[in-house]
Amino acid sequence: MKSQKGTASRRAFVAGLAGAGALGLAGSLRQALAAPVGGTAELGLAELPDGALAEQYLYALPGKLPLIKKTYRPPNFETPVEYFRTPITPNKAFFVRYHLAGIPQVKAGDWSLAVSGDAAERDLKFSLAQLKRDFKPAQVTAVNQCSGNRRGLFEPHVPGVEWGVGAMGNAVWRGVRLKDVIAKAGVKAGAIEVVLDGADHAPLDKTPDFVKSLPLEVAMRDETLIAFEMNGEPLPHWNGFPARLVVPGWTGTYWVKQLMSVKIVTQPEKNFWMSTAYRLPRGKFATPTFKSQLYAPNEPITAIVVNSLITSLKSGQQVARGKPIKVKGIAWDGGSGIDRVEISGDLGASWQRAALGRDLGRYSFREFSLDLPGRDSGALVVMARATNSAGETQVSELIHNPAGYHHNVIQRLYVEVV
Amino acid sequence: MRSFAAAVVLVSATTCAFAQESKVVLKEGPGRDKAMQCIACHSVDYIQMNSRFLDKTGWTASINKMINVFGAPIPKEDVETIAGYLAQHYGKSGQK
Repeated sequence: MKSQKGTASRRAFVAGLAGAGALGLAGSLRQALAAPVGGTAELGLAELPDGALAEQYLYALPGKLPLIKKTYRPPNFETPVEYFRTPITPNKAFFVRYHLAGIPQVKAGDWSLAVSGDAAERDLKFSLAQLKRDFKPAQVTAVNQCSGNRRGLFEPHVPGVEWGVGAMGNAVWRGVRLKDVIAKAGVKAGAIEVVLDGADHAPLDKTPDFVKSLPLEVAMRDETLIAFEMNGEPLPHWNGFPARLVVPGWTGTYWVKQLMSVKIVTQPEKNFWMSTAYRLPRGKFATPTFKSQLYAPNEPITAIVVNSLITSLKSGQQVARGKPIKVKGIAWDGGSGIDRVEISGDLGASWQRAALGRDLGRYSFREFSLDLPGRDSGALVVMARATNSAGETQVSELIHNPAGYHHNVIQRLYVEVV
Repeated sequence: MRSFAAAVVLVSATTCAFAQESKVVLKEGPGRDKAMQCIACHSVDYIQMNSRFLDKTGWTASINKMINVFGAPIPKEDVETIAGYLAQHYGKSGQK
């Protein structure tokens, strides 16, 4: 099949970029330029599995722009790279990720939030109007990134939703503080976690419902919100209307959509989605520890690792001789904030600091840009490396893990000067 | 949250998007009918998306996860047939 031949060539092309000796693959260059929808070789990264590439195309869910269809049911749709050329991701282009196919159409007037649990002083129930009326509004700009963003780039591949780079987005979230709602219910001594459940459900009774928990101290942070609005509009249906959890700095798995229930509890939540899924081998990443969930050899994923994405160039692109090469993109992390983004035009032998864009807060995408000086005919490899305020930086080699989380490998974009 | 879901009208916006999934067609071959049991819970593009990098052992593990973790009502005697079909058509060294 033609497409597979193309993929094989792209594979070889990407593999070739691992070494500096590969700067002359004109044939492979053409293949990269003819990349399929949502391919990642054109971003200077490893390519998605053949089958994933062949099965994905742009499709618009009701109320959304055409996004990269990964699966229809449950719906998993990725944001195309062009929407990351601005620091705020438009609601209609924001990625969609569900585990379970039963997604009710919730009416704002019918919705309510129950607060309870063995460590709650009292059980409470709030309508949307009551939440908005009784609590102080709060707002945060924050990246929501799926734990498995870039899973499709893992080599060897691991099963799951084979995401490219677009299972993420940055928005201004507005709602009320989870801690204020919890405080109204009252917290008993011995509380350790807050358990969150949304309205989504599985077609089968036997399937574990998607329920997540947070450490009490993360639930009680000022910036952890029950959000009703995204970028000044009500949440889209596909992103959790009428209310969802927003946990700035932590991966999307904790950002429960269509939030229905908050339980303050004294025991660790051990359903499948906490005890088995969304876990990492211990000690491989320098992310915060979820202390009440350390009853197994592995541990839950927590904060987002530092990462960046070049959005102004595609691998295989030709640029004019003598003209500056514009390197622009976004960088983000789990809340330390971006300290610097450095650009290399020589496969990492030397690095130059890019200018950072406006600071929209430590949980937000941060824009960067740098003009590499114009060059004579030839080829170069462009890389961007983000470092956060904690001194953590992106990796050159993938830290492989069984479920395909935390991919933050530095891009290697091949650019031809003509 | 099931109780809530049952209470609301389930003529959801999801229905019109999910109708699109009929466009996704699995390759012809022995075992395809058994593999179509998967649609009880998800569209079959999950299969293409996870190809071609699993061998028969990998596909068997995926099917067993669906049965043992997610409660898929797939008879035990069908596991071998489905894994064989997936390995042949969507497997690491299967038919291209």
